[in-house]
Amino acid sequence: MTDSAKHDEILLSCQNVSFRYHKGPWILRNINLDIRRHERLGLIGPSGYGKSTLSRLLAGYDSPTEGEILWKGKKLPQKGFCPVQMIYQHPEKALDPRWKLKRSVSEGWQPDEELLKRLNINSKLWFSRYPNELSGGELQRFCVARVLAPDTEFIIADEMSTMLDAITQAQIWNVLLDEVKKRDLGLLVITHNNSLAEKLCTRIVDLRDINGAF
Amino acid sequence: MNKDKIILEVEDISVSFRMYDKGLSKHDLTVIKKLNVTVHEGEILAIVGASGSGKSVLAHAVLGILPSNASVGGEIRYCGKQLTNSLRKEKVGSEIIMIPQSVTYLDPLMKAGKQVRGLKGTKQQLEEAFRRYGLDKSAEKKYPFQLSGGMARRVLISTAVISDAKLILADEPTPGLSEDMAAETMRHFRELADQGCGILMITHDIEAALKAADTIAVFYDGETIDCCTADDFRQGRDALKHPYTKALWSALPENGFLSADASELMKGAL
Repeated sequence: MTDSAKHDEILLSCQNVSFRYHKGPWILRNINLDIRRHERLGLIGPSGYGKSTLSRLLAGYDSPTEGEILWKGKKLPQKGFCPVQMIYQHPEKALDPRWKLKRSVSEGWQPDEELLKRLNINSKLWFSRYPNELSGGELQRFCVARVLAPDTEFIIADEMSTMLDAITQAQIWNVLLDEVKKRDLGLLVITHNNSLAEKLCTRIVDLRDINGAF
Repeated sequence: MNKDKIILEVEDISVSFRMYDKGLSKHDLTVIKKLNVTVHEGEILAIVGASGSGKSVLAHAVLGILPSNASVGGEIRYCGKQLTNSLRKEKVGSEIIMIPQSVTYLDPLMKAGKQVRGLKGTKQQLEEAFRRYGLDKSAEKKYPFQLSGGMARRVLISTAVISDAKLILADEPTPGLSEDMAAETMRHFRELADQGCGILMITHDIEAALKAADTIAVFYDGETIDCCTADDFRQGRDALKHPYTKALWSALPENGFLSADASELMKGAL
């Protein structure tokens, strides 16, 4: 593949994706969405419209009830490292409360000192603590470090910076954007903050326009 | 805002946690060095600041729900009286209400409607709160895991606003909410404040805070470093005095999204 074709490649693709829990009401209905490598896609929409559900499907944590989600034209790998990695809305729910942070941060790969420093992670002090001994913003930095493994090709950030103060938000996003640009990663940003979406994204999709369930 | 009537006064409070290293050796970790805040009747005080600067710990200290390895210094007064544990027992839950930061504070085994009503709320109050926060009637019968992040947040807010609180401690009430819903929450807070309630709101969402707040206190590393009016913030960078507050303003996505090194800024300020 040439460089420009690679740049324009469709990474994730939803084909007529519908989802519901058991026999419950449809949460997502007939969603069609292509996300290319070169774009930074913002997904907006009111709460309860299925933004987080769609991101869980895209990252392979749930399977669509109908339709298909394709990663580079094929199904997401079921084994090994998943190239699509997710940063959650609630870091305190994403980290194992019984693991010290050193174990959590090095579960998938070993982040280097330089990255930890850029994320302002105080490894000396924080590695030996449990998640309930750090603030939400401090925990979220660990979640960002966790997903930046060398095999990651796509990052889904689900409201990742709402728990952060403005300076930390700018700092973490600037690190993440640097990595995304440097490594040519795909990025999906879910946010309620319109000015943040405009700052970060190259394309914005409102879930209300593509979700047939509402 | 009624400047004569102080609802909450926190004076030179400090909080430290006792941590175990290895075996029985332990050390004290100070998370709050010296914090001062005052909430008047009818005032909305927004507390902003770096994550880990002790904002939530302050709210927990006021409520007396810090873990047992914490020790608190300084003084907290509620309506002029020192807030002791016996006074807390009387007021917390009826006059002093907290909106917790994490949606994990919801009881996972209780349906949302029941949690919002609590012990004293009526069905009517519940319905009114749900209507106001755009929650569907069916949400009453749902368990927390069946709610989206934003819906759970709105359930948390509803639990607080249906009570007759005189002091609301709102720890990050807006994450996960759409801009409209965040604005509606702020309008409601303003209404409650105008009826005489004092509100202490811990937030990172400066944009939302500016819609309602009277005063903004800035925390950094366990200290109150700046206190300014919301108008100063609205006017922009030049109206702000402290370098950290200025940097906070410039870091907003609509104001340049600049990331500054906070510790460098603090060195310059000292």
